[in-house]
Amino acid sequence: MTKAMTGAKMVVQALVDQGVDVVFGYPGGAVLPIYDEIFQQNHIQHVLVRHEQGAVHAAEGYARSTGKLGVALVTSGPGATNAVTGLTDALLDSIPILVLTGQVPTFMIGSDAFQEADTVGITRPCTKHNWLVKDTDDLARTIHEACHVATAGRPGPVLVDIPKDVQFATGTYTTKQARKSHYSPQVKGDITSITDLVKAMETAKRPLFYTGGGVVNSGDAATQLLRELVAATNFPITSTLMGLGCYPASGDNWLGMLGMHGLYEANMAMHDCDLMINIGARFDDRITGVIEKFSPHSKKAHIDIDPSSINKVIQVDIPIVGDIAHVLEDLLKVWKSRGRKTNTEGVSNWWDTINEWRKLDCLKFTQTGKIIKPQYALSRLEELTKKYDRYITTEVGQHQMWAAQYLGFENPNRWMTSGGLGTMGYGTPASIGVQMAHRESLVINVAGEASWLMNMQEMGTAMQYKLPVKQFILNNERLGMVRQWQELLHGERYSSSWSESLPDFVKLAEAFGAKGIICSDPDDLDDAIMEMITYDGPVIFDCLVEKHENCFPMIPSGKAHNDMILGENADTANAIQGAGGALV
Amino acid sequence: MSALNIKKGATSHSAYNLKAGYDDTVERHTLAILVENEPGTLARVIGLFAGRGYNIESLTVAETDHHGHLSRITIVTSGTPQVIEQIKAQLGRIVPVHKVNDLTVEGPSVERELALFKVAGKGDARIEAVRLADIFRANVVDSTLESFVFEVVGTSEKIDAFGELMRPLGLTEVVRTGIAALSRGA
Repeated sequence: MTKAMTGAKMVVQALVDQGVDVVFGYPGGAVLPIYDEIFQQNHIQHVLVRHEQGAVHAAEGYARSTGKLGVALVTSGPGATNAVTGLTDALLDSIPILVLTGQVPTFMIGSDAFQEADTVGITRPCTKHNWLVKDTDDLARTIHEACHVATAGRPGPVLVDIPKDVQFATGTYTTKQARKSHYSPQVKGDITSITDLVKAMETAKRPLFYTGGGVVNSGDAATQLLRELVAATNFPITSTLMGLGCYPASGDNWLGMLGMHGLYEANMAMHDCDLMINIGARFDDRITGVIEKFSPHSKKAHIDIDPSSINKVIQVDIPIVGDIAHVLEDLLKVWKSRGRKTNTEGVSNWWDTINEWRKLDCLKFTQTGKIIKPQYALSRLEELTKKYDRYITTEVGQHQMWAAQYLGFENPNRWMTSGGLGTMGYGTPASIGVQMAHRESLVINVAGEASWLMNMQEMGTAMQYKLPVKQFILNNERLGMVRQWQELLHGERYSSSWSESLPDFVKLAEAFGAKGIICSDPDDLDDAIMEMITYDGPVIFDCLVEKHENCFPMIPSGKAHNDMILGENADTANAIQGAGGALV
Repeated sequence: MSALNIKKGATSHSAYNLKAGYDDTVERHTLAILVENEPGTLARVIGLFAGRGYNIESLTVAETDHHGHLSRITIVTSGTPQVIEQIKAQLGRIVPVHKVNDLTVEGPSVERELALFKVAGKGDARIEAVRLADIFRANVVDSTLESFVFEVVGTSEKIDAFGELMRPLGLTEVVRTGIAALSRGA
């Protein structure tokens, strides 16, 4: 079915056809025709953010918590450039989002017109793909294609730049079905490689599953199959920051998160394993530590839908390109057909070793005195909220790592954090995106006061759309992670790493019309958290915590997994030496 | 390195199976990349090389299939086997890229380059230039009483060699097209 309509109407029609129900955006001159169409329809709800960066992070939060495409709509020039951080964030964390940007009319492109920027040029390296549409007849097809590219294969951000005259002009609408595309990444894994992996699993004495965000992206089937595989083999499992929740934190085989601030047992297992099965992770430098000393004795298998992830950082022995769900299904079939074998005795001894490591209790802390330890605050938050239908977003820094360590996730899509890019200011808008998708759920943004200030304007959005997001701010009046590195690497010279002239967060909340809660006494913490949870509306929770607490365990840069700084009384002097100092 | 010399560590049947591990010998590879001829595609390919710090030794591009709207980019690049494999995988990720072929490892191939040399001179040097051009089967495509423009087609090595010979004879300007390459056989 083809129909004549204006470009602006096509945009709305294409989004409706794609099943989009929420668009986060900010209007401006170059997108006025699209906003005019949005005004005249009831299919798509538009959420007016307070800054374009917020629109993109909100779309990310929406996408990550639903498994669907997130959509943002911004104007040309500054609207587009403000979207760049969110696009890059989505690229590094493989989040499917579509950003629509207005552009100056085609006949003015290249003339340095008002609010003109080379949007496709600027966003080329930070999108999976982008398009400038110069003809209204191409517009609908391009938006359908963009939605396909964003969600197919390894997901990512796409951008469609639409000049204003293309929005006004009338053209022929192309349906979703009429889209022609050669882009179709391989989803089935090579069966020979899968069989090789099964053979390795049958004999391995010290096997380990190392899972990542790819499992979340692959969908619910992947999660189910992963859990079945872990239960059937009794292999231990660890996950990256991005993959938390795919295997339940309460599961018997769960070792906790691995990596720079991962758990002792998880990192030791990575170092000492003889078979590492990477499922949808990418050997990020936060995970590997120094490459030369990374898991020296293991055979490594890597399942990933993106061929470029394989052998990029770590050379692997069994590469399998394919979608996690498809590969795990075949893997289970082959393993079962070969008689469900594992090296039971070896694996049992391996568990004995792991249980010894677990005894160290690397997340142990002691809450004494009248100052709240951040670990205590998060332990209490976990205890008091875990029964709820709960979604967590975070900002970036120490609080993010503590949240990953002390909060437990039973399911995927419940944990929204900026992993690859490490974008401070992600959490507040992301929490808004999550709450838009899950109106009745408890959505908490675990934040540091410094990160939180970066996109605090979005509290206005939360108020306007009655989104009861809880902003749980661990306030140490420091840029905690920066300060920690300065302590470890720069002789405790705390250059610009404290938050001076902080606002009164309770008054700030009231200024927005939200509820403000301040808590500084550990004895009051439970009541204060309950007050936050039960309040029907947005809350800014100012939790005053220990100012110089360090986040441990930590693999210092330049060190191996079995060379961690641990616990409460760790010796942090000269922890980072030599070439490690140059790493971030 | 000749195109026929397949180095250890790079395999023709696999995009990623590098048994050689951290081989640090730098190889020169010729890649043929079939792309959709749409605005920005070349920028994507070049941006990938610039952004990830890969080398481009030579680059040639033109539309080769007018109906299919496809262009063929020929890139000569260099790097360790691991880097070369990564370059191919990264190119494969670009949405308008249809196909990436590594002509250096996928069997024998032919490589040709065209160059124009402007040589200015009088007397014996001028005669010598024409004589050498004849040996190289170069064509004279422009001449004045004091200059020639020679057109040479061949491998990059042949063009390098011709340039070296012309230098003392009054070479004033050179332009090269970059390498065009095709696999041998059907």
